[in-house]
Amino acid sequence: MSPLSTPTVGVLALQGDVREHLIALAAADALARPVRRPEELAEVDGLVIPGGESTTMSKLAVVFGMLEPLRERVRAGMPVYGTCAGMIMLADKLLDGREDQETLGGIDMIVRRNAFGRQNESFEASVEMAGIEGGPVEGVFIRAPWVESVGAAAEVVATYDGHTVAVRQGNVLATSFHPELTGDHRVHAYFVDMVRAAQ
Amino acid sequence: MSSTVPSTSTTPETGTARVKRGMAEQLKGGVIMDVVNAEQAKIAEDAGAVAVMALERVPADIRKDGGVARMSDPNMIEEIIGAVSIPVMAKSRIGHFVEAQVLQSLGVDYIDESEVLTPADEVNHSDKWAFTTPFVCGATNLGEALRRIAEGAAMIRSKGEAGTGNVVEAVRHLRQIKNEIAKLRGFDNNELYAAAKELRAPYELVKEVSELGKLPVVLFSAGGVATPADAALMRQLGAEGVFVGSGIFKSGDPAKRAAAIVKATTFYDDPKVIADASRNLGEAMVGINCDTLPEEQRYANRGW
Repeated sequence: MSPLSTPTVGVLALQGDVREHLIALAAADALARPVRRPEELAEVDGLVIPGGESTTMSKLAVVFGMLEPLRERVRAGMPVYGTCAGMIMLADKLLDGREDQETLGGIDMIVRRNAFGRQNESFEASVEMAGIEGGPVEGVFIRAPWVESVGAAAEVVATYDGHTVAVRQGNVLATSFHPELTGDHRVHAYFVDMVRAAQ
Repeated sequence: MSSTVPSTSTTPETGTARVKRGMAEQLKGGVIMDVVNAEQAKIAEDAGAVAVMALERVPADIRKDGGVARMSDPNMIEEIIGAVSIPVMAKSRIGHFVEAQVLQSLGVDYIDESEVLTPADEVNHSDKWAFTTPFVCGATNLGEALRRIAEGAAMIRSKGEAGTGNVVEAVRHLRQIKNEIAKLRGFDNNELYAAAKELRAPYELVKEVSELGKLPVVLFSAGGVATPADAALMRQLGAEGVFVGSGIFKSGDPAKRAAAIVKATTFYDDPKVIADASRNLGEAMVGINCDTLPEEQRYANRGW
């Protein structure tokens, strides 16, 4: 028996690779469930914002009244982890987004959308990530954003080719890449530990 | 930057199966809309489309006009790429790998080797492994889906009967694929060899599907979706997202209908949301009864 608690971790399921995150979270000993409604959000200890199309996700969050409840939970300290589009959602400031594109904020960083290019430039590479033991993680970057700059409170936890690709600020974690697509659950385990620590 | 931050710059690998299939994973739960110009592409993006399909004529017009349907003008595709920030897909003819090479050089994010265009090769589909740009292909059954995946397709969609506004064929194809997958689930190892022979698909892929209980790539629905309820139906039948072709821009109020289909695709299992999304959308596209379509006008028969 694991002595660790099993926190309930949601995956924002408006659009994107929700299923892969649910599988990775379950493998990391969390009780994983999709979240589409404010009442579902209220029941989780932590939340993953998946990869997907950030403009679609942002629009759906507004239309279905999720934007403010999400912002409130993030402000109140709920642990959140965003991959790719999720990183965009967690940026206090966004470059190359749509003009009307809303983010939740949570990390004092400026993120550039699609910074690594279009799909033909999408790539895989090994990435060393601070706090993740056992060697580099496989970074899968898909039309990926990068972080242009971070504020004093935010900590850069990984860079690739001179660009910041993972950031943590308090209970909020963001990566440009998609650990959920690799079968390596160390980043999810790291996040589930963050959720436990916040309980 | 703090000096304790690990810094990596290993050689990046582009065009891997994981990057190609992973791109489709990012589109899940979303709607991909056919658009014929930059203005329509912007309407689609405004409505919350996860991607647009750039083509010169929507399938309903291809049906009406007849003649040979080919890859779109590169200028038109580039205009659309320039107009929106979401991914842009474009269609090549079946087996026309040069059209696919052109689309890749234009920087489209996905190539649809599509039966909606007139096939260029009656025997061979394009070798999709040869490309950095990922491909989506249509399928009417599991064997066809697996043959496309064996050729390198990174995403599968039902064929449906494009340009009819009639969802019946898409339902048939999706049910067929799901039923065949369910059947494989129950097979033991001895049976999988014969199953592969019957499906006319590589044994390794058949075994993988049997173990996963799903395709190894993302499965969308396409062909005939015209209403929010149609989109939700396809999702409840197991499609991970929806292509909408003529259904949006051949309707009375494309912006409103597009946004409504996006909502219904996300809340596909919530009839109240679908009901709200279905209100006051204006005219749906007229549609064609598939029973009255002559055999030679059935696009789903193209490809094999």
